[in-house]
Amino acid sequence: MIQKTAAQMADALAKGETTSVELTQAHLDRISAVDGQVKAFLHVDTEGALAQAKDVDARRKSGEKLSPIAGVPLALKDVLAQRGVPTTSGSKILQGWRPPYDSTVVSKLKDAGVVIMGKTNMDEFAMGSSTENSGYGPTFNPWDLTRTPGGSSGGSAAAVSAFEAPLAIGSDTGGSIRQPAALTGIVGVRPTYGAVSRFGLIAYSSSLDQAGPFGRTVLDTALLHEVMAGHDPKDATSIDSPVPAVVAAAKSGDVKGMKIGVIKQLQGEGYQKGVQARFDESLQVLASLGAEIVEVDCPSFEYALAAYYLIAPSECSSNLARFDAMRYGLRVGDTDGASAEAVMSATRDAGFGREVKRRIILGTYALSSGYYDAYYGSAQKIRTLIIQDYAKAFTQADVLVSPTAPTTAYKIGEKVDDPMAMYLGDVATIPVNLAGICGMSLPAGLADEDGLPVGFQIMAPAMQDQRLYQAGAALEAALLSKWGAPILSKAPELKGAK
Amino acid sequence: MSSLSRDDVAKLAGLARIEMTESELVELSSQFGMILDAVARVQEMDLSGVKATSHPQPLENIARPDIVLPSLSPEDALSGAPAQEESRFRVPQILGEAE
Repeated sequence: MIQKTAAQMADALAKGETTSVELTQAHLDRISAVDGQVKAFLHVDTEGALAQAKDVDARRKSGEKLSPIAGVPLALKDVLAQRGVPTTSGSKILQGWRPPYDSTVVSKLKDAGVVIMGKTNMDEFAMGSSTENSGYGPTFNPWDLTRTPGGSSGGSAAAVSAFEAPLAIGSDTGGSIRQPAALTGIVGVRPTYGAVSRFGLIAYSSSLDQAGPFGRTVLDTALLHEVMAGHDPKDATSIDSPVPAVVAAAKSGDVKGMKIGVIKQLQGEGYQKGVQARFDESLQVLASLGAEIVEVDCPSFEYALAAYYLIAPSECSSNLARFDAMRYGLRVGDTDGASAEAVMSATRDAGFGREVKRRIILGTYALSSGYYDAYYGSAQKIRTLIIQDYAKAFTQADVLVSPTAPTTAYKIGEKVDDPMAMYLGDVATIPVNLAGICGMSLPAGLADEDGLPVGFQIMAPAMQDQRLYQAGAALEAALLSKWGAPILSKAPELKGAK
Repeated sequence: MSSLSRDDVAKLAGLARIEMTESELVELSSQFGMILDAVARVQEMDLSGVKATSHPQPLENIARPDIVLPSLSPEDALSGAPAQEESRFRVPQILGEAE
């Protein structure tokens, strides 16, 4: 049962062939069997999940009209607040914190009857690309337990890839949904900025952060997208317009006559051979389905990485000022006579990990007087140029494409002492965040040299998220018929698995 | 090549209210040159006449009608407090020497 897609599970629930309690228990059993090796979860809410499942079964029995994915279990990135359930954002500074409120995403999931099984591991405050920066140890890639699942939403991606959950939620500030989806062989979408409420999403970089769905198929991802998106008065940046028809688009999956733009700057040199090969092959598949492939030029993308690593640290240095040891979270050094400032400084030293400190210091530097114009100011102007490059490219193409990440999954520890090498992994995903548009990663096959999954990225203009699903579903169907079986059937069995 | 001395990093850490150990200060200062060189690439392009973008959306203030709505109870608001006293957050000394 756990091998099925979320859409199939929902169908079985609707037909009364199974119950949410049964389905949830099957996933909790799978988590018990394999999560000791994968370490996707920071907290499994067994009791809470079964209570939610029981409730949705009762609602169904009473004839209540339920959402299309009611009763399907899900894994939630620990960046989202859930009332009464430990929420840490992967940081020691929030160890033991139980939020007194639900994030809007969690409220929407509860309303939709989606069963939240637990909180998944992540790079601390979503700062990282490998989940190694978690304050609670790394998550391991189900395809090869010596490698990272990507990040920062690595726990969510690994949970879906390892069949611990059919659906999961991540957040994407510079590629943190799309890149781990690519590295674990699943589908991940970063919706348009403002499409999903940020209320209760622990902030890293507020002008870039956006929560989004993971699934094993394009349709599953769309079903979750539709449930979690929508206007929220509690978030002033939430877009007040209808959710794009992503489920309908995922069901149609037609690219005949669609113009697909290949971004010149996001391929070739610096991209692993097997990544480039699978990307080129997917382009041919799309062309054979009747899409028109064009090349587009986005010259300022060359500077996107540099702009991102100024803007995001600058915003984080301000956002993380809230962790001051006063109202919630860790407090250390509160001895008689210690000043608030001393307690604050000692707490932030003890509670924050290396990467978080590095980014706060970098942001503090970039925002300091005398350097502001040269660093943060210039980065904001590069952001304008990137938006203009996209605007021009979208006059030439309906969607834009690139490999999602320049390499397949790398070894745990390989890049942890070399921040710049780690940052380079985000080169193809970051422009989407800077422009506030939407992007998807879906599996394009396995790289010949290492047999690991490769992601294909699709990008669309703001609030045109349905285009991602339309093109993604077409490519997915064509690749599936070529392979004969879903990509995850090629992943090795995990020990302890039945 | 850009660089930031150990003392520069210590000053920034003070501004950011992070008490760092000596080895952290030294490590960060050794990594900073490389990171600054990489991000300084934003200065390579001619940016004269380009407007800055601080946010992907045109932001405007949004006000709601001034009606009292349910909010967190004092118990909920204090539920994560490291220390509390008389339904208030108890915090370390904020002003100078106590009288």
